[in-house]
Amino acid sequence: METASATPVSAGLTGSTLQAPERRFYRHRLPIRLMHWINVVCLTILLMSGLNIFNAHPALYWGQGSTFDRPWVSIGAENTPSGPIGKTQIAGHDFVTTGVLGLSEVDGAQAARAFPSWATIPGPQWLAMARHWHLFFAWLFVINGIGYVLYSLFSRHLVRDLIPTKDELRRIGASIRDHVLFRHPTGEAAKRYNVLQNLAYLIVIFGLLPLIIVAGLAMSPRLNAVWPGWVELLGGRQSARTLHFLAAFGLLGFVLIHVFEVIVAGIWNEMRSMITGWYTLPADERRTAREEGRP
Amino acid sequence: MKNQKTYTLMRARQRDRRHLLRGAVAAAGSALLTGCDRLSSNEAFVDVLKSAQHLSRAAHKIVAPRPAMAQEFTPADVAPVFRSNGTLDPTDADYRALRQADFATYQLKVGGLVEKPAAFTLAQLRALPSRTQITRHDCVEGWSCIGKWTGVPLGLLLDRVRPLPQARFVLFRCFDSMDGPSLDGRDSRYYESIDFDDARHPQTILAYDLNDRPLPVSNGAPLRCRVERQLGYKQAKYVSSIELVESFSQIRGGKGGYWEDEGYEWYGGI
Repeated sequence: METASATPVSAGLTGSTLQAPERRFYRHRLPIRLMHWINVVCLTILLMSGLNIFNAHPALYWGQGSTFDRPWVSIGAENTPSGPIGKTQIAGHDFVTTGVLGLSEVDGAQAARAFPSWATIPGPQWLAMARHWHLFFAWLFVINGIGYVLYSLFSRHLVRDLIPTKDELRRIGASIRDHVLFRHPTGEAAKRYNVLQNLAYLIVIFGLLPLIIVAGLAMSPRLNAVWPGWVELLGGRQSARTLHFLAAFGLLGFVLIHVFEVIVAGIWNEMRSMITGWYTLPADERRTAREEGRP
Repeated sequence: MKNQKTYTLMRARQRDRRHLLRGAVAAAGSALLTGCDRLSSNEAFVDVLKSAQHLSRAAHKIVAPRPAMAQEFTPADVAPVFRSNGTLDPTDADYRALRQADFATYQLKVGGLVEKPAAFTLAQLRALPSRTQITRHDCVEGWSCIGKWTGVPLGLLLDRVRPLPQARFVLFRCFDSMDGPSLDGRDSRYYESIDFDDARHPQTILAYDLNDRPLPVSNGAPLRCRVERQLGYKQAKYVSSIELVESFSQIRGGKGGYWEDEGYEWYGGI
């Protein structure tokens, strides 16, 4: 975020219509915008091709090897007297998930598959192809991520915009209240990421993403040989597969909340700022009212 | 009255906008899916995707160079039953005959680009120096299983037959026809190939024992390959012969292995 280049474009009255003072603000610089959209493409493809890979063996374990008779998560189809059902087992609890997990429709016919074809790349069950997609975009994603971290360090994006100040941290309670009430910062306050936003970004950038990358690397048999035994730091290869899967869903959760916040905060303004860089600061209602002489 | 009309109009506009947005998301989603499926059958595009394996392999060779060893485990880690996958019981006539004779007539032929082609019976292989290792088998599907393997190091056999300088790959030919015994002459027998970095690696062995017992049929009896730094499909079961080649581009589908011809990466280290 660029805090110095706020430029008031118009303020006050235009004709007889009351208009809030508008401030255009150059929020996201080109490298950030570019890397953001590369991330969108990579994350979408990585998640969906990852679900196709998961479908090849729809079960998760903890430890070095697979305990085939007792996975802690498994998704499958089962025959019952009233027809086939989709079943999801999590830590010993069974859930009927027909239609989405375990059993779903593919081209008009019921198919036994863990994640449905609308959620996977490619749509059909095709492990070899899903791996090609996944491993290509994993490289792109990691290179983009390294570029982002370096850029954030050298451009001071990290220190200036991402790391919350002590003062912001102290007001975290107020920020939580604002989020729950869908109150969004206006005026000058809208120039900075809010503290919950900061924490969410930092957890993703320095928590979930390194975890998903390391857990992904831990599944490679050749990389296991870098330093025999290192995979046990994650609990073993099957634990690494579990962590990779959980981190993926953590990222999905982040993306859903992120997109939700974009929509409620003003989708066109937010989208414009991530495409062109320019963001319109939402009017500060109280100040506008004061300036206009309203009570 | 006027206000009511404006309000209705506003609501309608909001609804339209919401519909537009929802429609756009749905359209983008289905375009993404059909687009990705169409790209998956575009050979040039898939070649671009597959190029990542060269990058992975080059990077792996830097951080885990040739001598890097796969992790070995303790007897306590060994799985009670070693999961078998792929062919579980070959129906090929030549294999059935060998199995009937308890593999007493089995001979592993080693030839191709070598100075001294040779053949080894199981008894001869068992008489050679052996290596025992407890390793983790990682299937491309995602599961892992730990087993104890005993066998003869492949490097030792290579020393006996003396590879010619132009030999670049070690090709394993197997007994099991993946589509069942051939009726129309189409060869679907399993095969695999590895480079010399892996072939000469101390943990690359031709295993005849699993968990201190002769290799079961479902796990590849009488002899299977262990290439511990790669995925399960590289570990050829039911090995019938070994051939040293300069290139595998003219062999079968030209991709160096049964699953490779079906679209999987030749480099199975990831």
